[in-house]
Amino acid sequence: MSLSSPVTRRGAFVKLGLLLNGLAGAFLAVPVFRYLLSPTTREPEGADRWISLGAALQFPIGETRLASFRNPVVGPNDGPTANLPCWVRRIDQDRFQVFAINCAHLGCPVRWFPQSNLFMCPCHGGAYYADGSRASGPPERGLFEYPWRLDRQELWVQAKEMPTPGALAAAAGARKPSCAS
Amino acid sequence: MRLLNRVSQWLDARLQLREPVTKVLEHPIPRKSASWFYVFGSAALTIFMLQVVTGVLLALLYVPSAADAWNGLQSMNHQVAAGWFIRALHGWGSNFMLAVVVIHMVQVFLFGAYKFPRELTWILGVFLLLVTLGMAFTGQVLRFDQDAYWGLGIGASISSRIPGVGGALVKLLLGGPIIAGATLSRFFALHVFVVPGLLIGFVALHLLLVIKLGINDWPMPGRVVRRSTYLQEYKELTHRDGMPFVPAGVGKDIIFSGAILLAIVACAFFLGPFGPGGQPDPTIIQTAPRPDFFFLWLYALLSFLPPAYETPFLLIGPAIGLIVLLVLPFVAGEGEKSWKRRPIAVLMVMLLAGVFGSLTQLGLHTPWSPVMDAWSGEPIPANFLVHRTPLERQGALVFQAKQCHTCHALEDRGGQRGPPLDAVAVRLTPDQLIRQVIQGGGNMPAYGKSLSPAETTALVAFMGTLHPLGQAPARDASQTVLYGKEP
Repeated sequence: MSLSSPVTRRGAFVKLGLLLNGLAGAFLAVPVFRYLLSPTTREPEGADRWISLGAALQFPIGETRLASFRNPVVGPNDGPTANLPCWVRRIDQDRFQVFAINCAHLGCPVRWFPQSNLFMCPCHGGAYYADGSRASGPPERGLFEYPWRLDRQELWVQAKEMPTPGALAAAAGARKPSCAS
Repeated sequence: MRLLNRVSQWLDARLQLREPVTKVLEHPIPRKSASWFYVFGSAALTIFMLQVVTGVLLALLYVPSAADAWNGLQSMNHQVAAGWFIRALHGWGSNFMLAVVVIHMVQVFLFGAYKFPRELTWILGVFLLLVTLGMAFTGQVLRFDQDAYWGLGIGASISSRIPGVGGALVKLLLGGPIIAGATLSRFFALHVFVVPGLLIGFVALHLLLVIKLGINDWPMPGRVVRRSTYLQEYKELTHRDGMPFVPAGVGKDIIFSGAILLAIVACAFFLGPFGPGGQPDPTIIQTAPRPDFFFLWLYALLSFLPPAYETPFLLIGPAIGLIVLLVLPFVAGEGEKSWKRRPIAVLMVMLLAGVFGSLTQLGLHTPWSPVMDAWSGEPIPANFLVHRTPLERQGALVFQAKQCHTCHALEDRGGQRGPPLDAVAVRLTPDQLIRQVIQGGGNMPAYGKSLSPAETTALVAFMGTLHPLGQAPARDASQTVLYGKEP
């Protein structure tokens, strides 16, 4: 088409059609992207709720026990995947540590061995001391901890998400985790 | 017969497909390219069709719900007629498909088929490898068992390490803050709609290019590819020494595809379906998650990389690998095709086969994992206990009770995470043993807080006896100089 070609009725129709479809595309794209990105932009309601692990009595002082809780937000299809385990270490009467089950290396479930006072990971052999600090193996840091509080001799934790090494490393810069608080 | 003819004529008058299809089927190929080496691409396509059919059959019954998927698979295995067999076909088909795709890629590389003018065919092939791996990973997730659950955890942990967007990426991958119902739904959508869509599109383009550009000629040493002359040379070759693909060239393809299908059927029938393994209940932590065969090399690599290098390696390594594969046909688009004149190409294939093979072998044996029950399940061999003092035997008890056996082997039994201790007394003096036990180091945890002084004394006394007959234990020479006697 040369520069001097006149604007024809058919040519204008094509342009108008393209414009309309472009507009429709833009209107469609926004909700589609919002829908796709929803897991990152919206925190599920109630995710930061405190969850009870039961009476503090069931965690003897000086020992580390496996506990489990129902994820604060449960979908209709979650089934057993919403039951999450964690390790509870009771240091003394009022001091606890609640560790996520996930190894700080790649998220496999760590196991506590009271015989050697170590958490060990079955995947790549990461090991942690009783206080969750790194002992050996590929993890770059200690076990992830959930915030906890003691309310009338009942232990409560806050577990918003599955802890992963990268996401928490970024958060750790802002808030230094308190050791055995 | 006449009716059939008339119907086909009626159809073709409208569809007008007979001529183009005949042209495609009879496209000329060089006589030498009808070789047993050139059958892997068509075999991969055949297996893909098997995967589509068995996949649709499985989708008839599959429940993409984290609450019910595992039970659904169990009932498919046990309640549905031939359900176990369809699952087995799909699972073995997946393994065979990956194997054939990799062999096809190696063959294409060694035969120089990626060179001019088939660069785009190679690039689409690289994409096809990626989407095939994507199908394998998402498929492993749909077999929603313990390995799938924790495999997702590993995938999320790797994704989380990407700087800046890691956290958001984990949530996108999982469809929420934890591995749950939304995770399985999105992997179902990926495995059943998105990735197969890509796969079909790439396969179509890949095939179109094979037909448009012609199958690679048999590489002859000395027959060099030049951009200026290749197309003419290929045309002459197919005229001088060519034949139509159908029926002359297709025989070996059909035979090999049939043999592969029979092999898949045999594996499925005799070896059965894959899992599902344990229930995907995260509170059952007595599990040692392991990925499927084709990801074992990565699993092994992740245990051997030094911690500080892991993140950069995981993020940069695949990108470099991908770039190398994509750039290859442009860097080496001309020149010799024959592997006989391309020693570096042959060495590369051997090196990569060695690396991936060794890592896979290690992934099967996981020597880096502590043997969690060795301390209670593997007794100390009796010959380490006879003629020992009570203190040394007490030390042997400490050795078991404190789980040293979990990581250290005696007579090849127990963990292999740390070095075997059969002859540790030859390597370390008692003082060094005490230091190592209490302070740890060199990838060993410190046991200072878990051992009483008496336990440490007994343990070191026991380890002091671990030396071969006739080979003296290590001693600190300075002690003799300082005190005139052994301590």
